[in-house]
Amino acid sequence: MTITLNSKIPTGPVSDAWDNYKADVKLVAPNNKRKFKIIVVGTGLAGASAAASLAELGYQVDAFTFHDSPRRAHSIAAQGGINAAKNYQGDGDSVHRLFYDTIKGGDFRAREGNVYRLAQVSVNIIDQMVAQGVPFAREYGGLLDNRSFGGAQVSRTFYARGQTGQQLLLGAYQQLARQIGLGNVRLFNRTELVDVVTVDGRCAGIVTRDLMTGAITSHAAHAVVLATGGYGNVFFLSTNAMACNVTAAWRAHRRGALFANPCYTQIHPTCIPQSDETQSKLTLMSESLRNDGRVWVPQNPDDVRSPDQIPENERDYILERLYPSYGNLAPRDISSRAAKRAVDSGRGVGPLKNGVYLDFSDAIRRLGKDVVEERYGNLFEMYERIAGENPYDVPMRIYPASHYTMGGVWVDYELMTTIPGLYAAGEANFSDHGANRLGASALMQGLADGYFVLPYTIGNYLAPMLNKPIPGTDHPAFKEAEMAAATRFQGYLDIKGTRSPDWFHREVGKIIWDYCGMERTQQGLEKALSELPALYEEFQKDLRVTGNGESLNQTLEKAGRVDDFFQLGMLMCRDALERNESCGGHFRAEYQTDEGEALRDDDNFAHVAAWEWTGDPTKSVRHTEALEFNTVHLATRSYK
Amino acid sequence: MSQHLTNLTLKIWRQSGQNDSGHFETYEIDSISDEASFLEMLDVLNEKLIGDNKEPVTFDHDCREGICGTCSLMINGQAHGPERATATCQLHMRKFKSGDEIVIEPWRASAFPIIKDLMVDRSAFDRIIESGGFITAPTGGAPDANLIPIPKPVADAAMDSAECIGCGACVAACPNGAANLFTAAKISHLNLLPQGQAERYKRVEAMVETMDEYFGSCTNHGECEAACPKEISIDVIALMNKDYRAAKFKNRKELSRN
Repeated sequence: MTITLNSKIPTGPVSDAWDNYKADVKLVAPNNKRKFKIIVVGTGLAGASAAASLAELGYQVDAFTFHDSPRRAHSIAAQGGINAAKNYQGDGDSVHRLFYDTIKGGDFRAREGNVYRLAQVSVNIIDQMVAQGVPFAREYGGLLDNRSFGGAQVSRTFYARGQTGQQLLLGAYQQLARQIGLGNVRLFNRTELVDVVTVDGRCAGIVTRDLMTGAITSHAAHAVVLATGGYGNVFFLSTNAMACNVTAAWRAHRRGALFANPCYTQIHPTCIPQSDETQSKLTLMSESLRNDGRVWVPQNPDDVRSPDQIPENERDYILERLYPSYGNLAPRDISSRAAKRAVDSGRGVGPLKNGVYLDFSDAIRRLGKDVVEERYGNLFEMYERIAGENPYDVPMRIYPASHYTMGGVWVDYELMTTIPGLYAAGEANFSDHGANRLGASALMQGLADGYFVLPYTIGNYLAPMLNKPIPGTDHPAFKEAEMAAATRFQGYLDIKGTRSPDWFHREVGKIIWDYCGMERTQQGLEKALSELPALYEEFQKDLRVTGNGESLNQTLEKAGRVDDFFQLGMLMCRDALERNESCGGHFRAEYQTDEGEALRDDDNFAHVAAWEWTGDPTKSVRHTEALEFNTVHLATRSYK
Repeated sequence: MSQHLTNLTLKIWRQSGQNDSGHFETYEIDSISDEASFLEMLDVLNEKLIGDNKEPVTFDHDCREGICGTCSLMINGQAHGPERATATCQLHMRKFKSGDEIVIEPWRASAFPIIKDLMVDRSAFDRIIESGGFITAPTGGAPDANLIPIPKPVADAAMDSAECIGCGACVAACPNGAANLFTAAKISHLNLLPQGQAERYKRVEAMVETMDEYFGSCTNHGECEAACPKEISIDVIALMNKDYRAAKFKNRKELSRN
């Protein structure tokens, strides 16, 4: 199969591309929109905003979530904020600067066109969310407040205490709920996508499994949007919610959607370190804490004194020392590796020596406890609840953990995958963050895709299909996919082995974390690629799923998700092995500067790697899309 | 360093589906780290049950950081357990001691039918939001975000209400199974803000009346506030009642309909 990856970026200056696109785009007349059915899978920021906006325009929308309510999606857990180039602070921000910061933050591995558009529509997002009643933080004069985030030298982050994701998701959910109440959106809750169906090369719909009854059902549509989040749970321990999974994206991949840059995963620097062997997930502490918290470790690895007894001159403020101009606000990948190096050198803190301090004592002295509480009170409480220590008195202990995945389903400028009619939005796609995402940019991208991009681009695809029939759910392709799904789920039940899906998930996660985590080597990746197929074979022979497939069965749900994580994990390691450079979150130990920073190879790797499924994840075919930088100049990323 | 709790007895509600009458089963946990969360303790139990070829306990959970509102559980008769302002997922075993007997039940309310074991159906909450828990502001065309200054105390008060995670603890804790705290939290979030004024009275009327279709009545016990993991103040109910009364006068057309 020959595949050409056409990004479809409009020609001309990047600053005019989106306006030019909108001027030329094909439209569907208001009275014709109701003739089109669009499926939206996932109801997080990207999915809820897309479903609501498309329904407002007049399309028939079916929305799917595996949660009990759309409001549970993991966007809700984002804490720190959302970026927008409003320049309300008058500190030199602009669309161009947000664009540049995002390209640079992504280590020059994202597409200029998509990122510029993201920066442009960021300003509309804030307007939209305020109109919907999102209670963003305000100054006493009543205007919106901003804070700064890693990788930026301006304050452009809007926030709602430490619950910005919650408030934005509730805003989008409420828009969606309104459309459900009006009858414009049909909601299918506790329903999981189990396959994507294509007919004559176009996406014809999806097959779902009702988690309450096990019923497998087909749904036909003119277009399908996957807004199903990232795959960070492949590591088992991550800051993702327990149910986050790659299944929708992976099933689309298996049906022909190329999967791009799976090795670009983000390890977030400020999570609460693992405390014991029963740990099921890790908890993030917002990056906004680095505005006022100082990261340090004792200079002496054998220092056993309590942190307040260690004098200033025996502390190493690692980020301030290494990156003076950004200090504690250095980007995530860079801060994470600095923490890892400190712990690897034996200077880790805490009972397991697996963290670094994030210290607020200077901030409390400078600002007073009240101001610190005002800014971070709920985060401090959360820390105390989990770690059992009071961060007003004792520095927090933090360590990096898997948090976000920049890689995902390959999409073009219209957010369409390599399957016509199938779109991917939000974290599920790969397009905007390159090899590293800046803080407060995930919420921005999810809402940009759902509110301001898809409503335009989907019409362009649908317009020529007006009044033409589409395959119904009685088409043999749907029946074949239903059968395959039923067989697959029955297969998990029939193995009757000895190990639970969680046991396998923990094991596969360990391998991926050890060899394809914060630091990767050729040798390690090769080892992972020899161990993973063996473990996968064991999974297929020794899995135990109790209960049956005809009623609610959480073990069976988990089995399907772990199966897909295995296959994705192998592809991740392949991708990391083939990318012989370091960039952003992908750090290959062989490719580093004398100072231990990522060393890119722009001559050979200034491209997107997009993988084609062949039936065996270790034998996927690698395609490339060259990245062109016409507006910014490729430069070594420096935050010193 | 972490300590271990030993000899815990769990009495857990098991119910295979809506048509089953359900019963308590007793399980022993020999040893668990005090660093483990309550749900991680249930994970350990479930792994053991699968090991014994028995069906694990079904319970709702997701983010495990106290924000998604998916987790529930009545623990020793208290919604979300003994720790104040804490959802079950953030409750840790250090709040218990060796030898404890812990009774674990699902949310108990007729508006939340049991699906299986400890999992209940809370979609009545979604029906309340769908009836009016929003500001009508279709995508596109919103004015500049700084056009309407909102006094900080107003924005803060709206945020206090908006923190509701929709878990349903308020309903489970209420002797009447009322959803007034949940509904009032959403209403006051939107009704306090300038953007919410246009639909203020229509909103409160629609939401209160949808609430009444599913849930019991409020008789000011205050259990909801005590159980709320986000410490939402019962004051919001007074705000809701005030607006509802005003709505019944203002929306005369609606009034004559009844």
